[in-house]
Amino acid sequence: MSSPQHTNTPAQKHSSTRTLQHTTALQRGNEERFVTEKIHVSTTINGEAVEFLCDARQSLLELLRDGLSLTGCKEGCNNGNCGACTVMMNHLPVNSCCVLAVEAEDAEIETVEGIAAQGQLHPVQQCFLQGAALQCGICTPGFIVTVKALLEQNPHPTEQEIRFALAGNLCRCTGYDKIIRSVQAAAEILQEAKS
Amino acid sequence: MATGNGSGWQVRHWTHRFFTITTITTGAGAFALQNFQYAAPTTVDDAIQALSEHGEQAKMLAGGTDIIVQLREGMCEADAVIDIKRIEELMQLEYSSRVGLQLGAGVPCWKIYQHAELSVAYPALVDATRIIGGWQIQSRASVGGNLCNASPAADTIPTLIAHNAVCHIAGPQGRRSLPVEQFCAAPGRNILQPGEILVALTFPPPLPKASSAYERFIPRNEMDIAAAGAASWVQLDDTGERIVKARIALGAVAPTPIFAQEASSWLVGQPVNDETFVEAGEIAKKVASPIDDMRGTREYRVHLVGVLTKRTLAKATHRAQAE
Ligand SMILES: Cc1cc2nc3c(=O)[nH]c(=O)nc-3n(C[C@H](O)[C@H](O)[C@H](O)COP(=O)(O)OP(=O)(O)OC[C@H]3O[C@@H](n4cnc5c(N)ncnc54)[C@H](O)[C@@H]3O)c2cc1C
Ligand code: FES
Ligand code: FES
Repeated sequence: MSSPQHTNTPAQKHSSTRTLQHTTALQRGNEERFVTEKIHVSTTINGEAVEFLCDARQSLLELLRDGLSLTGCKEGCNNGNCGACTVMMNHLPVNSCCVLAVEAEDAEIETVEGIAAQGQLHPVQQCFLQGAALQCGICTPGFIVTVKALLEQNPHPTEQEIRFALAGNLCRCTGYDKIIRSVQAAAEILQEAKS
Repeated sequence: MATGNGSGWQVRHWTHRFFTITTITTGAGAFALQNFQYAAPTTVDDAIQALSEHGEQAKMLAGGTDIIVQLREGMCEADAVIDIKRIEELMQLEYSSRVGLQLGAGVPCWKIYQHAELSVAYPALVDATRIIGGWQIQSRASVGGNLCNASPAADTIPTLIAHNAVCHIAGPQGRRSLPVEQFCAAPGRNILQPGEILVALTFPPPLPKASSAYERFIPRNEMDIAAAGAASWVQLDDTGERIVKARIALGAVAPTPIFAQEASSWLVGQPVNDETFVEAGEIAKKVASPIDDMRGTREYRVHLVGVLTKRTLAKATHRAQAE
């Protein structure tokens, strides 16, 4: 999370723009002023072709949140333990804090923002709401991304399979039970929708 | 909570050279990655070349689940990060029951446990890849990275030793190979020389009436580092009642994962029963020289070696009999 003293840096103001031309223009501006060696990356995010310039050191999490204003993925631990930053990369859940933004070249990235189709919440999202599977909510986007991936791979997971698949997503509020029940409810809805 | 992003913003406006100054003035740079050059070579030779140019200051990047965290937390530094995932040879997984397994150094865990034949041919390796971190980590973490990182508690290393796997290394002087048990030198240190990279691991073909198992003990149910780990590989005679050959390896109980030579040799010719497994565990304990830390005392870990050796031998034997 950005610490308050940085919220007025020029880059942050500009970062509210999501279009890549803006990001690119901004970075170009920086290049002229500060002679940084930015790397050009072409990738796909939520089905859209996206290009950006970044530093080698930037994590995918940093780039998504600060560069592209996709703030659905959260920074919890920034070291791979909590799963709040989970996004799909080439159809696998990954911790975006442990991926360099430059590694997104040619990859397909899906974030929580891409899950609700045409403004309609996905059954997993609906069930989390209805099942009160969240309190503070910081872990929720990471859970939603992982759960959706789980149910696509294994439509009828047992409770143990659910807990195992979600071992990389930590929640400090709910005690997990409501999350597990919401996953089971979502699995049922998805099943009904199929049949 | 880490202020990585906060300081990251600041850093972005400065050139690489000014980073240190920025860190001092904002006081929030501790968890930001310092900038470095990034290269994604497509051949082993190009990777060696890039590595040679930057010397000690170049770090290889496989799944990044160790190295990105270490760089961010200041546990190591890099001028250049060399991504190996675009080198075909390092991403290959080839298996045949006749030749065995050739595992590129960058192949991630999920590819191994999703491969139906490998669960039968190298069950201990598959056991280990299933419990490294959670799903998000397994999507990226490679066995090669687990080995090169050389943690005494690395979960795959005892299984590589038990399976008698060989490391294939390429460097400016050419290629060389050596058994996995000779690869780790000290906690976090391996025997790779400047400019060398791990290319692949090879595993001998599975033998009839043979199988393996890996178990670790962790204080939590998931997502923790082993307090102790044991991998056992056994081959039984035709009756399935006597051990013909065995390899036991231990993790987290010495500066590097170790081959329990004496226990392995002692098992040759022994009957398959609980007494045998218990006795092998007692012998294995002799090579354990663990430290005290928050995951367990020395005594506790030595005790665990006995328990885990016994359990993995029983499991491996059971699997071999079921073949
Ligand atoms: C939340 C979390 C949980 C974890 N849980 C476990 C666990 O349960 N068990 C466990 O054993 N580990 C665990 N780890 C550690 C880590 O995930 C593993 O060690 C993993 O296998 C490392 O692989 P990687 O591909 O990500 O390696 P990287 O981080 O990319 O590389 C690791 C090291 O090896 C070097 N390297 C990589 N490839 C090569 C090569 N081809 N040639 C030369 N050097 C190379 C790198 O420079 C680096 O020093 C965990 C990590 C996290 C963040
Ligand atoms: S912020 Fe990435 S795992 Fe916690
Ligand atoms: S709802 Fe607060 S951490 Fe999960």
